[in-house]
Amino acid sequence: MKIQSTADLEKIGQEYSSRLYYPDTTKVLIGMASCGIAAGGKAAFETAIQAFPEGNGIKIAQTGCIGFCEVEPLVEIAATGRPRVIYKNITEDKIADVIHSYLGDDFKKTKRILGQVRDPRSLMEDHLENPLSKVEPIEKIPFLEDTPFYKNQVKIALRNCGYIDPDCIEEYIARGGYFAFFRALFYHKPEEIIRIITDSGLRGRGGGGFSAGKKWATCARHHGERYIICNADEGDPGAYMDRSILEGDPHSVLEGMLIAAKAIGSSQGFMYVRNEYPLAVKRLVTAIKQAENLGLLGENIAGTDFSFNIKISTGAGAFVCGESTALMASLEGKVGRPRAKYVHTVEKGFRNNPSNLNNVETYANVPAIISKGAQWYAGMGTEGSKGTKVFSLVGKIKNTGLVEVSMGTSLRSIIYDIGGGILKKKEFKAVQTGGPSGGCIPEQYLDLGVDFDELTKVGSMMGSGGMIVMDQDTCMVDLARYFLDFLEEESCGQCNPCREGVKQMLEILTDICAGHGKEGDIELLEELGDVVAKASLCGLGTSAPNPVLTTINYFRDEYQAHITDKKCPAGVCKELFYYEIDVEACTGCTLCALKCPEQIISGEKKEPHLLDRDKCIKCGICYDVCKFDAVVVK
Amino acid sequence: MKEINPPPAELCVDVEIDYMELDKIIEEEFANDKENLIMILQAIQKRYNYLPQPTLSYLAEKIGVPYSQIYGVGTFYSTFSLEPKGRNIIAICLGTACHVRGGERVRERIVDTLNLNGKHTTEDMRFTLEGVRCIGCCSLGPVIRVNEDIHGRIGADEVAKTLDNYE
Repeated sequence: MKIQSTADLEKIGQEYSSRLYYPDTTKVLIGMASCGIAAGGKAAFETAIQAFPEGNGIKIAQTGCIGFCEVEPLVEIAATGRPRVIYKNITEDKIADVIHSYLGDDFKKTKRILGQVRDPRSLMEDHLENPLSKVEPIEKIPFLEDTPFYKNQVKIALRNCGYIDPDCIEEYIARGGYFAFFRALFYHKPEEIIRIITDSGLRGRGGGGFSAGKKWATCARHHGERYIICNADEGDPGAYMDRSILEGDPHSVLEGMLIAAKAIGSSQGFMYVRNEYPLAVKRLVTAIKQAENLGLLGENIAGTDFSFNIKISTGAGAFVCGESTALMASLEGKVGRPRAKYVHTVEKGFRNNPSNLNNVETYANVPAIISKGAQWYAGMGTEGSKGTKVFSLVGKIKNTGLVEVSMGTSLRSIIYDIGGGILKKKEFKAVQTGGPSGGCIPEQYLDLGVDFDELTKVGSMMGSGGMIVMDQDTCMVDLARYFLDFLEEESCGQCNPCREGVKQMLEILTDICAGHGKEGDIELLEELGDVVAKASLCGLGTSAPNPVLTTINYFRDEYQAHITDKKCPAGVCKELFYYEIDVEACTGCTLCALKCPEQIISGEKKEPHLLDRDKCIKCGICYDVCKFDAVVVK
Repeated sequence: MKEINPPPAELCVDVEIDYMELDKIIEEEFANDKENLIMILQAIQKRYNYLPQPTLSYLAEKIGVPYSQIYGVGTFYSTFSLEPKGRNIIAICLGTACHVRGGERVRERIVDTLNLNGKHTTEDMRFTLEGVRCIGCCSLGPVIRVNEDIHGRIGADEVAKTLDNYE
C-alpha cells in the first residue's frame, strides 16, 4: 500500500495506536538498543520468547532505549486496563520471574521496579486521551515521571525512544509520525517551512550550533542539484544520543530529512553513519525500506511532484569526518580531509553542489517543530538557545544515561538531581563537555545554565552533548594528555599547526605525566595552544587546545604538583605516586592480596596487610577492590 | 595521523583471492561506483579480515581510481588494515567515559596478558588488539568488544578470564 493522503496516515495511525495502548495481549517490551543488548537485553529477549511462545496471551517485543542506561536491561510490561510497569536490571535469569509477577498482580518485589508510567503519550498525541487515565495505579510504586531521573526531562528528540518498536513504521505513525511531513508537503510552501524552523530558534545539535533555518535558507538560494545530508558520524567519545535515536526511533530522522528536502528543494539524501554503530545501520536500512514500501520515500511521494531517496554510507573510523567538508569528501569515497571554508558547503559541498548538512538530533527535532509550531519550540530554553538538548551523562556518576532537558538547565541540576551525584560518594572534580574540542568545567560553575553560549563563555562548548563527570580520582593533566593523544591520532595531517602543534603539546604533556616536567612547560603549552587555535585549518584543529587550556586555567595547581613536586594527587600518572595500605583502615579481608596479579600483598587474615612498593606495577586493582578505602594513593 | 608501517615479512602470507566473488561485491553490491570505495573496502575487509594487496590493485582497475588513492583511503581510515589480523579482534573502547573509569588499566592488563609488547597481534594469530574511539556504551564503561560481544564494566582483574573464552 502507498500512502496518498493524511487520511491514509490517520487510518494506519488509529489502528496501531490502539495496538500500542490497548493491546489484546500482555505486552513485554525489552530495551534493545546497543547498550541494552550489551547489558543482557538480547539474552533476556530470547529467554522470554522461549518461555512465553506466541499465542499465550503474551507478546514479547523490542524497543529502543528509554535513557536510563545505568539500570539496563529495562523491561516494560503493559496490558489493556492495567498499569504499565517498568522493571530495571532484568537479565535473562529474572525475565520470566517479572512477567509472572506482573501477570499475578504481584508488585511486592519493588526492588526490580523502576516505576509505573503515568502517561505514555508523546508530545505529538495531544488529541488522544491518556490511555492510562482510567487505570488504577499500583499503590506505593512511584510514577516514572516523578522519579528524580525523569522528573526534569522534556522529551522531544527522544519522544519515541523506548516507546515503539524501531523496526515498525506503523508504530511511529501511530505516535504522530509523518503527519508533520504531510503538513509540510501539502500545506506549506518551502519558504514557510524554512521560516518556521528559523523562528523556532533551532540550532544545529552537532556542535557548531548554527541556526538550522538560516542554513536551510542559504542552501535553498543556491542553484544546482541540492543534497540533504545527515551527519550520523557521532565521533565525540562519551556522546551517544545520535546512536540512541537511530536505534530507537530512526523514522524521526528520516521525517526530518524529508521536511528539509521539501523546504530546500532536494530529491537525494545521504546518511553518513559511523562504522562503529552496526545496529544503527541495520535499523536505518529497515526504516528506509519500510518508508519506501509505504511510498513515503521514492518518486512522486503521495502523488505530488516531490521525490526523495536516501542512501546510507558508512564511515571507516575517522573522527575528522564529523567535520562538514571532510564528511562530504568521505561520502565521495575519498580521504576525509577538511578544506578551507571560504565557500560554504551550502553553496558547494558534496559533488560541488549545494548541500545541507545537519546532524541526527537536529533532524529528529524538525517534525515536532512543524507539528507544534515555532512559538511552542521557542518558548523553551534560553534567549540564545531554544528548545531542549539531549545530553549523555556518563563517567563517575550514579545514574548514567541519556537525558533531554530544556536549554538553560543548570549543570548542578543535571549532575545531582537527574544524575544522582557522584559514584561511591567521592568528590566532584569537573565535568567535561564538548568532546575532544570542549573543556573541563570545575565546581565553581556548576550553577551555570547549559546552553551554546554559556558553555563557550567558560572555555568549553556544547559539542554534541557528551557530559563526562569526573571525581577526585581523575587526573586533569592525564585527561588533557588523553584528549591530545586522541587528537594527534585523529588529525588528518594536512595543516602544520594541527599536525605538529598538537604533537608537540602531547609530547610536553606526556613528559609531565612521566615526571619529566620542567618549569615553563605550562607557559609553553599555553603559547602553543594559542597558535594551534589561531592557525589551524578546520574546527578540529582550532579547538584542539581547549582541553589543555581549560584544565590549565582551572587546575593549574595540579599541573604544578606534577612539575614541581613530582606528584600526581589523583593517583593516575604511574611515575608520580605509589600505593600504600593504611594499617589503621585495613581489616585484613585479604581481597586485595587475592586479586593482586603480581602477588606482592602479604598479611594474615584479619591482620593489616603490607604492599611491596618496589614490586608494585600500579595496576590499581587493589585500590579498586578495597571496600574499606585502606589502599591509599601517596 | 595513523602511523603506517609495512607489514612484517612473516605476515605477508599468500591468500587465495576469489576474483569472481570480488566482482560480485564491486559490481552487484556497489554498482562499480567509485563513490562507494569506502564501503567496497569494508566489504573486502569483512571477507578477508584485512585488505590483501592484490584486491586493491584489482579494485583500482575495476572502478577507475588510481591505486595511490585507494592506498590513501586504506591507510587514512582507522578501521582498515593492510596486514592480516588475528582470529579474534579485541576492540578496547578508548572513549572518555571508559578512560575516566579505568579503561587504560584494562588495556595495560590485556597487553600484559597477551604479551603484546608493542605489537597488535599475538604471534599465534589468536588475538588482535585495537583501540576504538567510543562505541557508545558509556554507561557500561570500561568496555571491551571481542568480535561481536560487548563486555561491559570489565575490571582489570577480569581480563584474563574473559579472553579465555575465545580460541
